[in-house]
Amino acid sequence: MKLLTHNMLTSHVKGVTKGYPLLIKATEVKVNEVEFNPQFVSRMIPKLEWSALVQAAEEDLPGELVADYETNEEFLKKVHRILLEVEVLEGCLQCPESGREFPISRGIPNMLLNEDEA
Amino acid sequence: VCVSVFQWSLVVHEFNKYFYFLLQEIKALLALRGKPFIPDEKFKEKIKSYYTSRSAFELWGHGQTHSELRASLLSYQSENMSPFMHKDSTYRINIYTFNKTLEFTDRIKRIDALDYLPFEGTVNLKSPQHIFCLLEDYGTDPNNIPEHPNSVYFGRWLADGQRELIHSHSVKNRHFIGNTSMDAGLSFIMANHAKVKENDLVFDPFVGTGSLLVACSHFGAYVCGTDIDYNTIHGRGRSSRKNQKWRGPDENIKANLRQYGTEKTFLDVMVSDSSKSVWREAALFDAIITDPPYGIRESTRRTGSHKDITKPPDGIYLESHIPVSQAYHLSDIFTDLLNFSAHHLVMGGRLVYWLPVYRPEYCEEMVPLNPCFQLISNCEQTLSSHTSRRLITMEKIKEPEELDSLTHLADPRFSPYQGHNAFREKYFSGLNKRRGKEDNKLDFNDVQSKNASR
Repeated sequence: MKLLTHNMLTSHVKGVTKGYPLLIKATEVKVNEVEFNPQFVSRMIPKLEWSALVQAAEEDLPGELVADYETNEEFLKKVHRILLEVEVLEGCLQCPESGREFPISRGIPNMLLNEDEA
Repeated sequence: VCVSVFQWSLVVHEFNKYFYFLLQEIKALLALRGKPFIPDEKFKEKIKSYYTSRSAFELWGHGQTHSELRASLLSYQSENMSPFMHKDSTYRINIYTFNKTLEFTDRIKRIDALDYLPFEGTVNLKSPQHIFCLLEDYGTDPNNIPEHPNSVYFGRWLADGQRELIHSHSVKNRHFIGNTSMDAGLSFIMANHAKVKENDLVFDPFVGTGSLLVACSHFGAYVCGTDIDYNTIHGRGRSSRKNQKWRGPDENIKANLRQYGTEKTFLDVMVSDSSKSVWREAALFDAIITDPPYGIRESTRRTGSHKDITKPPDGIYLESHIPVSQAYHLSDIFTDLLNFSAHHLVMGGRLVYWLPVYRPEYCEEMVPLNPCFQLISNCEQTLSSHTSRRLITMEKIKEPEELDSLTHLADPRFSPYQGHNAFREKYFSGLNKRRGKEDNKLDFNDVQSKNASR
């Protein structure tokens, strides 16, 4: 699971109102090399919940989005790495309100709820 | 009379089952460009993205009758014609008729009737420099062929479409296929209908084996998908390939993308129930492209307890809890899909999906609507004598917040598909009763080959 995806996911456990962002509990993380595409990164930035990304990244991303990020290649490269290169292979995503865990296996999250939670 | 560049349009060389898809594809591609274009070398490159055509043409004239065509051609600027018709050039004229077979003498008559055009070159049937085509459209109903064509077109052959691309992307060659892997050509058509372009973010909520994502990634879009079936997402379970028992560990969507060199655009796939959205409330996706389960080949499922429990396939690898599934009524799938798309598509973004149809009862009002969307196109692909599926393209024109929350409930057109609920039952009622309702082994190819031989 990439952090771009994580930024867009939320907990949908019945009754939960503050299910975003999901907490990442990773047991295996991999950093891949993915071709840098500044246009794509620039396009995605406005769609992101920036604070959730900073929290998930645990790295030195500025707490607030820099101005004219579209032309700041160094910044875009940092964001690119966080969004697309960091991959959680094993672990789980945890609902911050209910504590319910969604397992991640082979990089694939399983977001299915049981009958009683739906 | 100056011919507006908007009259440059392209028509399929060989009218085949994809003809109407092509027209919509053309409109979508033209809309994507936004501004008029000059048919130069760059344009010819763009033609190469018209997947439905074996070739594509520079349209010189069209009309609903031959006399309209003649008027249209006579108003076409002669300086645009003369480079291809001068006395030192060679040419031939081909006649193509969709849904009708013409006698040889009739073809000759039509060629002769084009003598009002300034052909000055010599006819060379074997290897002409220029090929012109007269195309006649006799509709789509093979049981009701009109005497006169519905529309006629005349144009000049320009460049090859991407049939080669379709061949190289053929599902047979693809690493990972499932029972419902989309025919390669149709995936590209769907991507075109959705105006998928480079750096878009595209989502498929019933991703299966990822055929649609592969096509979108070819356009440079970044792709993600979900599916309720754990084993399909992980690439496990009974193989769809004839001589293979189990899917290999490398059989998964990512591997498919890697095969086509577009792995960098692969975002994620997840196991998830599309009726229970896992995405935060925001306009995330530029396009949503999908082929929802029809309940025939792949059973339709949704989590939740219900008496009607679908039997899980044999030999599944139970790594995590697979929740009990309940029957997911077809109408709910589309209502949910439209509602989900309204909330998660960008403004102007498109939803493209297949709608299964029971032909004897079909009427246009059955296409589900949503107040946030404008219906762009509705193209039919026949599956059998009494079933077909329709490729529906919708464009988001309003945000859900802008609407009165009760609007969508008031209008009956916003959930008209309910009458179609028994699609599965209707489908099987026409078949051998022996097979039964839960038969997932129905071979789609049987239906297709029966259809193709018609």
